[in-house]
Amino acid sequence: MPELHTGRHPMHSARAWWLLACFVAIAAVMVPVFNLVPDEDSIWKLPDFLIPLFGKFICYAIVALAIDLIWGYAGILSLGHGVFFALGGYAMGMYLMRSIGTEGVYGNELPDFMVFLDWKELPWFWYGFEYFAFAFSMALVVPGALAFGFGWLAFRSRITGVYFSIITQAMTFAFMLLFFRNDTGFGGNNGLTDFKRILGISLQEPGTRVGLYVVSVIALLGTYLACRYIVCSKLGRLVTAVRDAETKLRFTGYDPLQYKLFVWTFSAVLCGLAGALYVPQVGIINPSEMQPANSIEMAIWVAVGGRGTLVGAVAGAWLVNATKSWFTVAAPETWLYVLGGTFILVTLFAPRGLVGLLESVRLRGRADSTSPTGSEEVDP
Amino acid sequence: MKLPGFMAIVITMAFAGVEVRAEEAPDFNEALQGLGSKSRTTILKSIDQLSELNDPRSLSALEALLGKRLRSDDHDGLFIVDESGEIFVDALTGEEVRVDPDSLKTPRINNRVRRSLKPLIARLRLRNPDVSIRLAAAEELENRPSADAADSIRLALEEESDQTVRNVLEVALARIELKSDDPQLRLGAVEVLGEHGDRNQEAELVALLDQNEDGQFAESDPAVREAAQSAIQRIQRTAFLNDMAGHFFYGLSLASVLLLAALGLAITFGLMGVINMAHGEMLMLGAYTTYVVIGLFEQHLLAWLDWYLLIAVPTAFLVCAAVGMLLERGVIRFLYGRPLETLLATWGISLVLIQTVRLTFGAQNVEVANPSWLSGGYEILSGVVLPWSRIAIVMFSITTVAVVWWLLQRTRLGLYVRAVTQNREMAAGLGIATSRIDMLTFGLGSGIAGLGGVALSQVGNVGPELGRSYIVDSFMVVVLGGVGNIMGTVVAALGLGVLNKFLEPVSGAVLGKIFVLGFLILFIQRRPQGIFALKGRAAEA
Repeated sequence: MPELHTGRHPMHSARAWWLLACFVAIAAVMVPVFNLVPDEDSIWKLPDFLIPLFGKFICYAIVALAIDLIWGYAGILSLGHGVFFALGGYAMGMYLMRSIGTEGVYGNELPDFMVFLDWKELPWFWYGFEYFAFAFSMALVVPGALAFGFGWLAFRSRITGVYFSIITQAMTFAFMLLFFRNDTGFGGNNGLTDFKRILGISLQEPGTRVGLYVVSVIALLGTYLACRYIVCSKLGRLVTAVRDAETKLRFTGYDPLQYKLFVWTFSAVLCGLAGALYVPQVGIINPSEMQPANSIEMAIWVAVGGRGTLVGAVAGAWLVNATKSWFTVAAPETWLYVLGGTFILVTLFAPRGLVGLLESVRLRGRADSTSPTGSEEVDP
Repeated sequence: MKLPGFMAIVITMAFAGVEVRAEEAPDFNEALQGLGSKSRTTILKSIDQLSELNDPRSLSALEALLGKRLRSDDHDGLFIVDESGEIFVDALTGEEVRVDPDSLKTPRINNRVRRSLKPLIARLRLRNPDVSIRLAAAEELENRPSADAADSIRLALEEESDQTVRNVLEVALARIELKSDDPQLRLGAVEVLGEHGDRNQEAELVALLDQNEDGQFAESDPAVREAAQSAIQRIQRTAFLNDMAGHFFYGLSLASVLLLAALGLAITFGLMGVINMAHGEMLMLGAYTTYVVIGLFEQHLLAWLDWYLLIAVPTAFLVCAAVGMLLERGVIRFLYGRPLETLLATWGISLVLIQTVRLTFGAQNVEVANPSWLSGGYEILSGVVLPWSRIAIVMFSITTVAVVWWLLQRTRLGLYVRAVTQNREMAAGLGIATSRIDMLTFGLGSGIAGLGGVALSQVGNVGPELGRSYIVDSFMVVVLGGVGNIMGTVVAALGLGVLNKFLEPVSGAVLGKIFVLGFLILFIQRRPQGIFALKGRAAEA
């Protein structure tokens, strides 16, 4: 039934909470159990290589949520989220580099690439990264601060739409060039790799991998709930209003700047979090993560799943990346066709993504009974 | 017995005279024959002797020795074989002879021999009637100053009429005279170097001012030191101006490429408000069209290969325009009013195009050779060579901009395009078929990108990823220049291109680019609609 919302939506129906709990139980309990408990040869055994892969997907899902928040709800397409993601990853990578200690190839206190470049001491921006807490907070603060500064400049001068997208792309390009330089101090095009341990625990242990994976699942859950909280709140409705009619919103006395800026910065912080979780599981971070193409690909995850729905974004990220994992092994030459085709077909025929398709099928099924108002929000 | 005695004396004296002369100036034939020797010491000695004789007849044999075309037999015979390896010429007489090639040996030379050969050949070539050979010879002497070339250079200077060759010779002579014992000569040399010298000679002048531990200057004469000081300043000033001219020109040529890449983008962006992410791939397709055209010329019209550009330019335009119109009809038309999705869809198209080209032509770069009339360059100042290909690109992009301007401002199609750009609904209301105009404009924009691709194929690598490297830059040009505005696009491309090239030497290519991007992001804050913003209602649309 259509009802007038003045304040916040209820976050979930009882059924949706139940589904969410089931998902968390499968992802955070069943997957580790099936990996750790059965014997090597048992058919129930979940192969070890799948754990970091799942972990990667979980991180991508966080990114997808972040992009959905800014694109799906606020209508701002960012082609720069790859940078926020990579910056978070670099912050964590710097901690992991520092915790290698003297076990590197050169047996030096400095990271190997600095010894290789004949640097004698740590650059100032590496100070403090030997502490996990500092590095982790930097993984959130640095992307957040960059996004805040960039967003403040851009939104204040009312840059919107395609203009904003291509400026974020220019930023991405500039950062990629910057990080490719050896002199910048982040390992040049090799990036940061050969990590040994995190918080004193070896990264090679199966238990560590499972642990990182479970932490990622919890982070995803937290991210999802936070995003859900935001989009259901009054703030969320204002942000949606920015997307649908920014000028009207301004005329009703709101200043869109602060809402846009908040969502934009929060979105970047989430990407930083995802990057920080991603790097210890994948074991490397290098500037190719900042390629403009990566950021655009992130947008298509959300488009495939369905923007403006949080579940759709997560599903899209998993679907596209699972397809990618399969194609790049089975038929690498056709992957770009599949990806390119996805971009074209989704925008042409399924502008609201998979969720939109499912919904229209469902609506067609009961077209006579109720009117389709309120179909913007889809519960899991 | 007086007479015979006298005769004997005369004969003895004559013989003695011959012997004395033989010691002073070695026999030319003998010296030449020495070149064919097995021993490198003998070869070096012969070269010294020939250097002393300074006889132009020895040039062809010396050149042959350097080019490994000199042959000797066991009976002091010396032959020069031509490039084909079939015709043999006697080095002493210059007549064609028939010999058995298998009985001949090639004298072996090493770098030491080459080092003494080259200045000698250069000196002898200074008498060649061909200016370009004389210039090359003079440059050789300038690079390897040797004291025994001084007299030949002075002689050559007396007869030389070409100013360029004279300048080079003067520098060459000055470099030799710089080492002389006469302070007057050194002073003159320093002044000549100050006038014509470049960065290469600067170091030598700086060395004159060196002080050793006892406070002794390398150059003892204070007047020469003072002259050297001002000569260094002059060289540095000229070098600075040359650098600036070079940067400016290379900036101009980069700007032309950017302009060709961005012009079509600016038009379509202005008209339809969509960003075509596949625009870079139109550049790539244009470059590959050039490659295919060259292939066809090589197969069917080899004689006309030098003129392939005349066909490649219109073909690239038509191919890219056709692909562009196809895209507009097939995809973009359905996405009007959804610019962000158009951006994503065109990105998908670019992926498909790149992969198709990669599978068709291979992932490696293909080779596109310049036609012979575009290779080489024009030297505007000493040390600043403008390659013809880049000059041609500047001209080409000026022409393209002029044609596009004419098309938009002076034709009916242009009138329609401008009308639709300014107010789509009103234009439609006045009976303009806006959707047809969209298609044609998209074709035009893509076709211009194709022309850019032809231009790029002349100066850079042609590979499937070609478009990617230009797309961000061309977006920046469009953003900076303002939407749908030819003038703005031109100014923005010029500004960015020249700024890039001037920043490169200061901060390195990559950092320079980062600065430019950072500058742009800040610039947009002040003028969100570009340098030449559209005024009025159109600006808000």
